[in-house]
Formats: sequence, structure tokens, C-alpha cells
Amino acid sequence: MINVIREPLIFEISSPGKSGVRLPALDVPERLEAVEGLSLREDIEGFPEVSETEITRHFTRLSQMNYCVDFGFYPLGSCTMKYNPKLNEKIAGMSSLVGVHPLAPEKLAQGNLELMKILENLLCEITGMDAVSLQPAAGAHGELTGMMLIRAYHQAHGNPRKYVLIPDSAHGTNPSSAHICGYVVKEIKSNDRGTISLEDLAREMTEEVAALMVTNPNTLGVFESDICQIAEIVHARGGFVYMDGANLNALAGVTRPGDMKVDVLHLNLHKTFSTPHGGGGPGSGPVAVKKILEPYLPVPVIEEKDGQYYLNYNRPQSIGRVKSFYGQFQVMLKALAYILALGPAGLREMTETAVLNSNYIRKSLEGIYHLKYDSPTLHECVFSDKFQKDFGVSNLDISKRLLDYGLHPPTMSFPLIVHGALMIEPTETESRRDLDLFIEAMKAIDREARENPELLRTAPHITYVRRLDEVQAARNPVLRWEGK
Amino acid sequence: MSYIPISDRDKKEMLERCGVKSVEDLFCCIPESIRLKGLLNLPGPLSEPEILEYFEERGKKNSFDRYLSFLGGGAYDHFIPAVVDYLSSRGEFVSPYTPYQPEVSQGTLQVIFEFQTLICQLTGLDIANASLYDGATGAAEAVLMANRIKNKKRLLVASNVHPEYRQVIYTYTRNLGLEVVEIPYDRLGRVDQKGLESALNSHTSVLLCQSPNYFGVVEDLKTLGELTHKHDALLAVVISEPLSLGLLEAPGKLGADIVTGEAQSFGLPLSYGGPYLGFMACKKEFVRQLPGRIAGQTVDAEGRRGFVLTLSTREQHIRREKATSNICTNQAHCALRATIYLETLGRQGLKKMAWLNLQKAAYALDRLTSIPGVSRKFGGPVFNEFVLEFPSDWERIKQKLEEKGILGGLSLGNDYQGLERCALVTITEKHSREKIDRYAEVLREVLK
Repeated sequence: MINVIREPLIFEISSPGKSGVRLPALDVPERLEAVEGLSLREDIEGFPEVSETEITRHFTRLSQMNYCVDFGFYPLGSCTMKYNPKLNEKIAGMSSLVGVHPLAPEKLAQGNLELMKILENLLCEITGMDAVSLQPAAGAHGELTGMMLIRAYHQAHGNPRKYVLIPDSAHGTNPSSAHICGYVVKEIKSNDRGTISLEDLAREMTEEVAALMVTNPNTLGVFESDICQIAEIVHARGGFVYMDGANLNALAGVTRPGDMKVDVLHLNLHKTFSTPHGGGGPGSGPVAVKKILEPYLPVPVIEEKDGQYYLNYNRPQSIGRVKSFYGQFQVMLKALAYILALGPAGLREMTETAVLNSNYIRKSLEGIYHLKYDSPTLHECVFSDKFQKDFGVSNLDISKRLLDYGLHPPTMSFPLIVHGALMIEPTETESRRDLDLFIEAMKAIDREARENPELLRTAPHITYVRRLDEVQAARNPVLRWEGK
Repeated sequence: MSYIPISDRDKKEMLERCGVKSVEDLFCCIPESIRLKGLLNLPGPLSEPEILEYFEERGKKNSFDRYLSFLGGGAYDHFIPAVVDYLSSRGEFVSPYTPYQPEVSQGTLQVIFEFQTLICQLTGLDIANASLYDGATGAAEAVLMANRIKNKKRLLVASNVHPEYRQVIYTYTRNLGLEVVEIPYDRLGRVDQKGLESALNSHTSVLLCQSPNYFGVVEDLKTLGELTHKHDALLAVVISEPLSLGLLEAPGKLGADIVTGEAQSFGLPLSYGGPYLGFMACKKEFVRQLPGRIAGQTVDAEGRRGFVLTLSTREQHIRREKATSNICTNQAHCALRATIYLETLGRQGLKKMAWLNLQKAAYALDRLTSIPGVSRKFGGPVFNEFVLEFPSDWERIKQKLEEKGILGGLSLGNDYQGLERCALVTITEKHSREKIDRYAEVLREVLK
């Protein structure tokens, strides 16, 4: 095996006196009395000292240890790892847009306010909703905001109510967001189609339930075909339907949450609208609502009068702020550029291709990997390791072996209702060749599971590091460099 | 569509394998009644040059860059070394997901580990997380965390904490049956110690203060820590200008139990308010209550060092409604930028950068307060922001300055009764002596 360079921590290559930057000299008279009354530090103990060359090599080498969408197929279910158009990065770097201070007078930031308003309007059209707040920073933040809107409505009508219903297939953020909003979570079991049963819902839906949080299509990729009846049941008891919009890549241009009687949903601009994930953010999680919830939206809201845009803070029923300033502005720019590039027909083609790609993979692997639910699926499908388990091979082993094939694995062990889950979402930005590479690798791995399971249990073999000991990391936490 | 690499021939063959005639058949599970009959009413498709022009035209409608700005208040215009943009824009950093497969994510994970270390070194605390959304949500998470640790419902928040941070705290705590009490400020612009002592009682979980605070004044954290600890409450400190930590004593060494804040100053552009970078550090014993992702060190099957996301039993994907926070996607790429920025400046560079800010602010304070009628509002020591008091209502002076191309500072009157004649002025290393002198000259003229 070739002995590749093991990149040390920056602190380990630090040497006193070096710096990666040349700063200007002080151009005003130095006043030592300026520090009077301050507790000054003697040193920043352990802080690195390296040159620009070393910085560049360090981060270039680190970057090369990452798998990324620019390199290849990234079929993480529920994550919508589509290609990130490079034009959008260029736009998000325009200094005339991103050089503006957030507290600049509104009249000096008209272009930015207009762009945000345009994006709000386009998202309303795409979702079939009446108003949008761009303030939430990510999907989970959007969920929390959406639930706060619901609570504010109920509170204003005399009773915030106590429970929120959430299917057992939901993302973990759903119950967590509901809890932080002060609600008690009641789980609804999925039926044998993997969807919500109307009878169960009708039984659980009382006047103490504030809302149902539903993901549609759900995390199996299965569309809740009864969504309109579901909404009727919830509305009849005075509750709201919250939709987790993480899977909008299955719907955009084909159907609209607003037309399904959804009252509030969040979008993930970093999923459906192509903005990059950056290794875990920044995302952007706008919240879209029907008229009934609009008075409660976070402040400020962008309004227009006589062709001038301004920020309205005078909204007495508002839940208040959920974030400083107005949201993840650069991310919004990228999403808007994406919608403009696609246009209405392109948006529909996006969704259709995402669904086609997913079904192509499903059909190609059906019978080789176990599919717990045979309901039709849209943009993603969830297999399991049930067949390979007979040879002592788990979804973890299959995933790690995929790394040796130069591919990123699917989402593992989620949704929780499928034991040993492998959740695959290809998105529309994959070529047939890339889809086939994945399918062939999955087939080869199934053969290896039968013939040489040990090869899988010890995978990956050719990555920068081999399988990592996660148990030790948690049992004996080392969370920072401790040297001097 | 250039982002969709499936040809008509591919499509035909793929449909065949799926056993359907057309793509519409794949949507059969969606009831006809809710399917769109036509196309959405959206603009486009626009070509690449058309989109560029679309945004350039809107950029021209922003006239901010034609002004000399002295605005800060939680968003700072600092110099960003070229390596930060260059290295952070590598596709290997921009386009991966959260590092769920550590064997092919060592780059991102090692960056987070280095980021956590840098934040610990700056704050003087034991552990830090991988990031939060921003300073405001960091402040809210900090008081919720303190409430979980102490399990007492009374939360004290200094009134000189950034107004937007306080608003977010109210939004977050309103539904949870918690009591938020604001502590007044004194003549120095600092937390009023008498007010604090009378507000502290056995039901108090935490005092959250900001340092330097919204008035730019550096707090006496040691005393605040002693007072809060005497009542078995925690001291949480939020920092909106962490560049100050290049010079100021680490809050962890002065008694802070939790330090959170906004790290936009570390290599992130103003970006009209986002994405920014929340951070959080705390003492080791609180690790189970820390929100957000954490990277940890471990070994691989061959005994080599590697990094993974760890202690995830705190998090929503494992614990669901029992998680410490609902946060999932955070600000990883912003944390990468901050890491490159801090490591590029390094020990000497960060100190020097902080020194430039402090010295230039001291010069500006001298120059501006030498103008008749202009005085320093608060006596407490400052870093790179300060509050000036004017002879008449600030709004009118602000207008006149604006007419002469200067954004002289942020109004305080909307958020603080009695400060209608005051403004918060921010100086960074980007303000040359010439720019500061120009502000002083124009202000003198305007006040004549």
C-alpha cells in the first residue's frame, strides 16, 4: 500500500513567529491608555502560527480527503444531493449584493430587498401558499418557526393545545422541533403501505391536538395519497397540517402543498433548490403559510410601497424574530438563480427526472435488495439489508464497501420503520452512466456478500482511513487538540 | 436543461426498465384532483448571461457601497485574506453533505476538530461544538442549555445584549414556561450590579450578558461571574465581536460557564446578514447538554488517528423529542472559513488585528469627541465600538451625514428609551486615518 501523506493538525506544524498574513501598520498615534480598565490576555495559548504556503497545502490536502457532489454520485436519501451550479456561486459572490451591511438604511439596499421579495413570490407560486418568511436558517429552524406560528394562532384563540401528531417515519427534527415549541409528541404508527392510516389519525385527532406534522412524500418516498382526507380530519378538529418540505424535489411543478390543504410548510433551499450543503450548512429553511397564519410570521417582513421596498417590524401578532437580520441571504441568491435558470418547464423536468432516476434504480435493484414496502415511490426508495443479513452482512458493511467502489453510500438506518435501511435518493442531476455505476456496484457487493462476506465486514479498504471506531470516540471523548 | 444529464434516448430506455410508458405514469400515486394541469407561473428559463445581468441590475439598485460606513452592531466589515476565499471555494469543501461517512469526510471532520480547538483556545473553555446558526440563536440556545443544567425557570438577560439577540431569546422561551428578566445597565454602560443582585434568587438558572456589549463596552465578567455563582446560577456570555478575544482575557478564565456568539468577523462577508456563524463553548461537565454537532478524535481499524461526529445521543436524529436541540444542518462551511481565517492570521496576526481595531477606535473616539457638543455616552472601556451622544436628536444628524455620503452609526433610540440622542459607532482596521478624519470633519460641519 502506498504511504500517503498523513496530514497533521495545524497545531502540530505551528512554529513561533510565523503568520499567513501581512497586515498594515497602525496609521494613527498609538495610545497605550486605550487599554485602561480592560482585562487583557497574556497570550492565546496554543493558537497556531503558520505561513500562507502551509495554510494552502493544509487545506488543499484536507479537501482531498472529502467525497463531494463535484466528484461523484451522492445518493443520500432525504438529503437531495443534487449538483450545485457554479453560476450561483459567482452570483453569491457579487460585492454589490453581498457587500451590503444588514443594518444599512433600506433605501440603500433596494436591490437586495427586491431580490428577496421576488424569491418569496416565486416560492409562493411553487408551493401554492400565500406568504413566505425567508428568515429561518435551515430545515429544522423552519420547522420550529412553523410550529411556533401554529402555537401563536392557537394561543390567540384561547388555547395553545397540548399535542402534536407525528408519524413514526418522520425525520428526528420533527418531534424535536415540536418539543422545543412546548408540545407533547404523539407518534402515529405507519400502516402496511408505509403511510398514515385514516382510522388511526381520526382516533388520535382530538381538540387537544395542535397539528399533524407530515412529510409528503414521506421518508419512504411514498406519496400520502389520502393527504386531502388527512387534512380534512385535522381541520375538522381545529388543527393545522404542517408539511415537512424536505422532499419537495418529488413534487415541484407537478403538484403543490397548498393545493393539498397544507397550512404551513418549510422548504430546504439547500435540497430542492440546489444550494450546496457545504459539509453541513449553511442551509436555508423558508416557511410558507396560508393566509390564516400570515399575521404570525417572524418580523421583519418585506413589503413594497410605491416601488420602494421596506422592512415592516410593526406586526403585533408576530411570533417575533427567530434569527438576527433576515436569513441566509447568500443562499437565497443561489436558489433564486436556480429557479430562473430552470423556468417553469425546467422545474417540472427536474422533478420528473428525479422520480425517473429513483424508479430506475429501484427497478434495477428490486429482488437483489429487500424492499419492505411495495407501494409506488417517487424521488427516493428504501431498501434494506434483509437478504444480505443471511450472510452476516449489514447495511453498514454494504455502505462501507461502496466507498471502495468510489461511490457515496445511501442514507443508513433511516427511516426507523425499516430495519437495516438503505435509503436512496439519486436526484435529477445524475447521468445514466453514473446511475449504472451505482447499480452495478450494488449488484457486485451483493455477490461479494455471498462469496466473501469478510471483505465487506472489514471495508473500506482503500480510503484515507479505514473503518473508524465510533464507540471509542463516544466513550472516551477527545473533542479538541490538547497539546501546547 | 444543462443541469439534467439524461438524454431522450436514456429516458426512453429507463422508462422501459421501469415498465411504464411515460413519466406521468410514475406519478400515478398523486390524485388527479391535486395535480397541476399546466405549468407554474414562473419567469425563465434564463440563459447564463441573462441571469448574471439580472443580478447585476439589482446590484446597481444597492447604493450602500457609495457611502463611507461606520455601521457595526453585530455585523462587521473586516479584511478577509485572499486564501480564505480561494481555499473555501474548493468543490471538496463546498459540495459534500454533513460528514456521516467519516472514512470519506476526514477533511470536513478535521476542519471541525480544528475549529472546536480554536474556539476553546479563544474562549478559555474546555469544549466547543461544530457551529450554530448565528449569534442570536446561540444566545437563545445558551439560556435553554443553562435551564436544562440548573432546571430553574428564571433566566436573566442583560438589557445591553444585542436587541435582536434578546428578541430571539423571547421567541424561543415564550412557549416553554420560562421567565426572562432584563437587567438594566449602569452609567458605564455595563450590567448594573445592584440591579443584578436584586434580580438574582434561588430560582435563577443563568445570567446572559454580552461582552463587548451592544454599547461596545467590555463587561467586568469576573464580578458578574462571582455574583451569579453565589446564587448557584451560571454565567453565559455572548460575543458579537469575537475579534476582541485577540486582546481580551478569555471569558472562561474570568468565570464564564458558557460562551456563545457570532463569528462573522472571522472571514465572512457582511452578506446582508447571512449566512453567519454561531459558535458555542462550555465547561467539560456540561458536555451532555451542549446543542449541535461535535467532532471527536478516534482511531481507524489500523490504529491511525481519524475523526468522527460523536456524542450524537444528544441529537435529534437519535433522541428525537428528547434531544438537547432540534438543530441539524448548521453552518459548517462558515466554520471552515473561520478556521482558515484564524489559522492564517495565527497567534500574532489575530493580536495585531485586534490591536488595530482597538487603537483606531480610540483615535476615532478622541477625534469625534473633540467636536463641540459630541460626547462619549458611557464611561466603560471599549474595543472597537462606542456610543456617542449628540446635542440633538440623532436621526436628524444621521440624515445630514447621509446626504454627505457618511453612514455615521446605528440609532439606539428605537431600542433604548433615553438614547434618542445617541449612536453606536463602529471602527475596524479597514477605516484608515483619512476616513476617520473625514467623518470628524463632516460631523463638525453638520453640527455647526
